[in-house]
Amino acid sequence: MTTLNPPRSASPEGSTANRPARGGREHKTRPGFLWTLPATVFFSLFAVVPLIAVVLLSFSSWRGIGDPKFVGLENWQELAGDSVMIQSLWLSLLFIVLGVLTQTPISILLGVWAAGEQRNRAVLSAIYFVPLLLSSAAISVLWRALLDPNFGIPGQLSWLFGDGNLFGNQSTAIAVIIFVGMWQFTPFHTLIYQGAAKSVPAVLYQAAEVDGAGRVRAFFSITLPQMRNSIITSVILMVVGGLTTFETVLILTDGGPGTATTITAFYMYEQAFQRFDFGVGAAVALVLVVVATAISLIMVKVSGYDKMRSTMEGL
Amino acid sequence: MRTRPNYIAGAAAALWLVIVALPLYVMVAASVQTRGDFSANGPLSVPTSLTFDNYLEVFRQGFGGYFLNTFIVTGGVVAIVLLVVPPLSYAIVRSQGRSTTFVFRFFLLGLAIPVQAVIVPMFYLINTAGLYDTLLGIILPTAAFALPICTLILTGTMRDITPELYEAMSVDGATPARAFFRLVLPLSKGGLSTIAVFSALQGWNGFLLPLILTQSESNRVITLGLFNFQTQYGVNVPGILAAVTVSMIPVLLVYLFARRALVQGLMGVGGK
Repeated sequence: MTTLNPPRSASPEGSTANRPARGGREHKTRPGFLWTLPATVFFSLFAVVPLIAVVLLSFSSWRGIGDPKFVGLENWQELAGDSVMIQSLWLSLLFIVLGVLTQTPISILLGVWAAGEQRNRAVLSAIYFVPLLLSSAAISVLWRALLDPNFGIPGQLSWLFGDGNLFGNQSTAIAVIIFVGMWQFTPFHTLIYQGAAKSVPAVLYQAAEVDGAGRVRAFFSITLPQMRNSIITSVILMVVGGLTTFETVLILTDGGPGTATTITAFYMYEQAFQRFDFGVGAAVALVLVVVATAISLIMVKVSGYDKMRSTMEGL
Repeated sequence: MRTRPNYIAGAAAALWLVIVALPLYVMVAASVQTRGDFSANGPLSVPTSLTFDNYLEVFRQGFGGYFLNTFIVTGGVVAIVLLVVPPLSYAIVRSQGRSTTFVFRFFLLGLAIPVQAVIVPMFYLINTAGLYDTLLGIILPTAAFALPICTLILTGTMRDITPELYEAMSVDGATPARAFFRLVLPLSKGGLSTIAVFSALQGWNGFLLPLILTQSESNRVITLGLFNFQTQYGVNVPGILAAVTVSMIPVLLVYLFARRALVQGLMGVGGK
């Protein structure tokens, strides 16, 4: 860490001659709380106020016009007995697990590879990261067209895809969404692992070599343990991302066939903006908030983000 | 041992290259074919004829206007982010007060608030504020939701400014504002360009907020244009792929010039 805080027990008043920058004088050059106000107020207005409003709305009935009416637990009772809601939570869990299982191994492998000596890797990794730049909407529209039952790739490769209608049944529709998610987000997680693998001190590998460890052994005994924090971060980001997958589902399957791919985030959209039942939609949203907040608390605790660490730490 | 080739990862990398590049190739190849050629030859063939009619059709469908709207949204989002994030990050890195630590935790928690979680009340609030179906109504929430990640990226950069430099400034009797403009901003250029590019991507690629907060054709952004084009022209696959290609071009151009800024900034996000 390059920005160690100066000791709090600053030298007594007036004796700062030898260490002019420490203590009271330096304190004057530190920005105060006011510097954070514009961002904090702005963020509160658009993220925290709605967060409070979502709680209130979840106990109200609002059809999009007029003022919301307080209805107590009505929305929640409706959701508790709603089989689509329950199913959507299981589907979200399934999406998250499948997403983590498909994206993690390949992004670790690619990240470690990309962190190695740069020869043609710079050009290749430039191409890898293209999906990272594109909107979920563009990616979903692209894959929807490429996998079109009549004009798309599956029709041409019937030995692989059978009748080619991947959107027609639940398991292939889920597989498509998981695949498109992997296509889109593997580059991001590769970057995380590339950064992590680069910062593993070379001395560890030299020591392993002296001890006669091969590459595979070194990967499992040095690289993986050294990347522990990054793995945690990456997985948590995948969980939050999986929980909030929306465009992909809307554009690729529209929640179907039937309700076969209606995950919680999509169900919220349906309830609020297609059935105009904003109260129930808010209640579904609140379920998302609770889960996402729980995950974020774990993230801050486990990853040590809040400990003011420099990116140079460990070197 | 680091120079020995890593065959397993190399093979995975080659496979991944195919998985990424092939769809993009099919996209461009299909978009320059007529519908007849495309359905006769199939998506995996090499195009035999060349036509730009699909692209002309895309612009006839109003994509020029969508581009303009998306540029305005993107510019607005970047401007707000560049205005409020640097002072925030500076205070987080430099101030030692409890309140700034609390603010940093607040923004870290904000990282995990998905737009979906607040979209229902956002619709209500934007309506109440009279911003429904305006570009400003998209810009403000989009910028707000870009703040946490941009703060994380910029604090990462600012932390690498050594205390000696601040000490040198304070010897000269510099105020926090002077240190900010003379020292912190010039030394954070890398991080500033990363957050500019990153928030521009958020603005350019946004979908849910425009979907819910706008309605009229004249306020439509490019992602919504794509979605609509797909629902209306579902069978015209080359046309749709031309529209997707068009929507990607500005992003790819920016990437050509700002790759380093984006990639290095994101690499630090994972923590070590």
